[in-house]
Amino acid sequence: MNLDALLLSFRLAAVVSAILLMLALPLAYWLAFTHWRGKFLLESVVALPLVLPPTVLGFYALIALGPRGPLGRLWQFLFGHTLAFTFAGLVIASLVYSLPFAVQPLIASFESLDRRLLDASSILGASRLRTFFRIIVPLSWPGLITAVVLSFAHTLGEFGVVLMVGGNLPGITRTVSIDIYDRVQALDFAAANHTALLLLGISFIVLAVVYGMNRRVWSPWLAK
Amino acid sequence: MLFVDIRKQFRTAGSPPFHLDVRETFAPGFTVLFGPSGAGKSTLLDCISGLLRPDAGVIKFNDEYFFNAARRFSLPAQMRRIAYVFQSLALFPHLSVEENVAYGLSAFPSPERQERVERILPAFHIEALRRRKPGELSGGEKQRVALARSLVTQPQLLLLDEPLTGLDAALRQAILQDLRAWNAAERIPILYVTHNREEVDAIGERVVALVNGRVQESGAPRAVLDAPRSVALAQAAGFENFLDGHVVEQRPADGVMRVVLASANCELEIPLGTVPPGAAVQVAIRAGDILLATEAPRALSARNVLPGTLDALEPRGSLVVAQVTAGARFIVHLTPGAVRSLQLVPGLRVWLVLKTHSCHVVLP
Repeated sequence: MNLDALLLSFRLAAVVSAILLMLALPLAYWLAFTHWRGKFLLESVVALPLVLPPTVLGFYALIALGPRGPLGRLWQFLFGHTLAFTFAGLVIASLVYSLPFAVQPLIASFESLDRRLLDASSILGASRLRTFFRIIVPLSWPGLITAVVLSFAHTLGEFGVVLMVGGNLPGITRTVSIDIYDRVQALDFAAANHTALLLLGISFIVLAVVYGMNRRVWSPWLAK
Repeated sequence: MLFVDIRKQFRTAGSPPFHLDVRETFAPGFTVLFGPSGAGKSTLLDCISGLLRPDAGVIKFNDEYFFNAARRFSLPAQMRRIAYVFQSLALFPHLSVEENVAYGLSAFPSPERQERVERILPAFHIEALRRRKPGELSGGEKQRVALARSLVTQPQLLLLDEPLTGLDAALRQAILQDLRAWNAAERIPILYVTHNREEVDAIGERVVALVNGRVQESGAPRAVLDAPRSVALAQAAGFENFLDGHVVEQRPADGVMRVVLASANCELEIPLGTVPPGAAVQVAIRAGDILLATEAPRALSARNVLPGTLDALEPRGSLVVAQVTAGARFIVHLTPGAVRSLQLVPGLRVWLVLKTHSCHVVLP
């Protein structure tokens, strides 16, 4: 088993899901509560990575992050090197790739909130920000955990985007799924199986946690 | 003093648009907003509180504008210093009773916040519940917590949307008593939405009747609810009998007019009104206002005596509901004692006696 690849994947997934949570909270809040008629357009953009082949996404990410792409040029201007085939580039591409997995559970849980609780908070003088942190977030924590866990798991398992944007540089961009692919190419089925089995186990645990969460089995404030 | 003069239109697919159009002044003390469901009571409270924005008009509290459409001004709900208890109460399920009550006090320094909470908890008899979550409270306890959470902020206006629905009469009385005691010191306008007649009587001050988005009548509870002028309001006020007919004659000298019921060749004398002869009317009569006799009554002051047949008797709680055909179908409320002593059985020949002033002309 390639420990380097595994650690890299976990690092990537942790960084991506942490940043995604910060991005997805305001985005999901806005999508859940806006009355703007054109919001379906933004919803479609957010959901796009769900249906787009990862290679397509990876291709455009590569173009954007490369030395001639807008993001690549900006990055080169700031840090002196381009984003393609770097860990940072991988993070940015993964943010886009896993965005719907962070945003959708949050929207679902914000929309299921009793609006009268938010009204009550306003009437009691709370600003929108206070209502958000004191009422919306605590009451949406199953959705929050679902969002984090799903974006973590989804990033952990990505292949096409990584291959396009990151290539296969050991310790920098060789993630665990690429490692499995390499092992299979090298006909080292036993090593591939070790890693694959581990990913299978992790995926199952993750989904079990998410489904358990959504039934609110651990909800601490339900009436006894 | 709260002055409201607003209009708002709602469009929902598949049903005719709803217009809220209210112009009314609310003085300190209780005002009951009464009306059938869908009359716009909660919508009116939502507009006053700032949760909804009217299309046009003004909302003014003393000298301060809450809303002024002409100047495109709307004071945010957070700044109106209003307390609003929803029908659903909307207690925060993840916060304890104490945290719920203190929620609206975040602008105050900690010692004052604590002091206010300590003062309001015993006043509403919820001191012992302070560590509990709303999920662990009974219906009445939740209602007390919701009231305390609203009143602890010392609002300048209190909006209550059926806050005591589902409580038994004794508990309702007790909570109303606490509320009245609280307001004796504060003297702020309290708008109290209900469609429960008992609550109206218990509060007993001014009633504003809202029907179809408009104020139909206002005044003392007896004037508004005992002589309603529309079918919708009469139904909401608990009238059981609605009879179709048309006016045949006005007799100003006797203070009455004669109405022939459509269902049969049967006449009623009802209080003189402005309805011209020939016009169709509907007459509303409370089931409790009708007397029932097993012999033809004589020498009565009541002008309307209708012979008929007792069709059915159905016990309902402390009363018996009788169905009688006497020209039209009537619902009559009796006591179980009366049923026993008159030996009432279905099929019996009976006479209904209706006082002229128990008959109210209502408009569709």
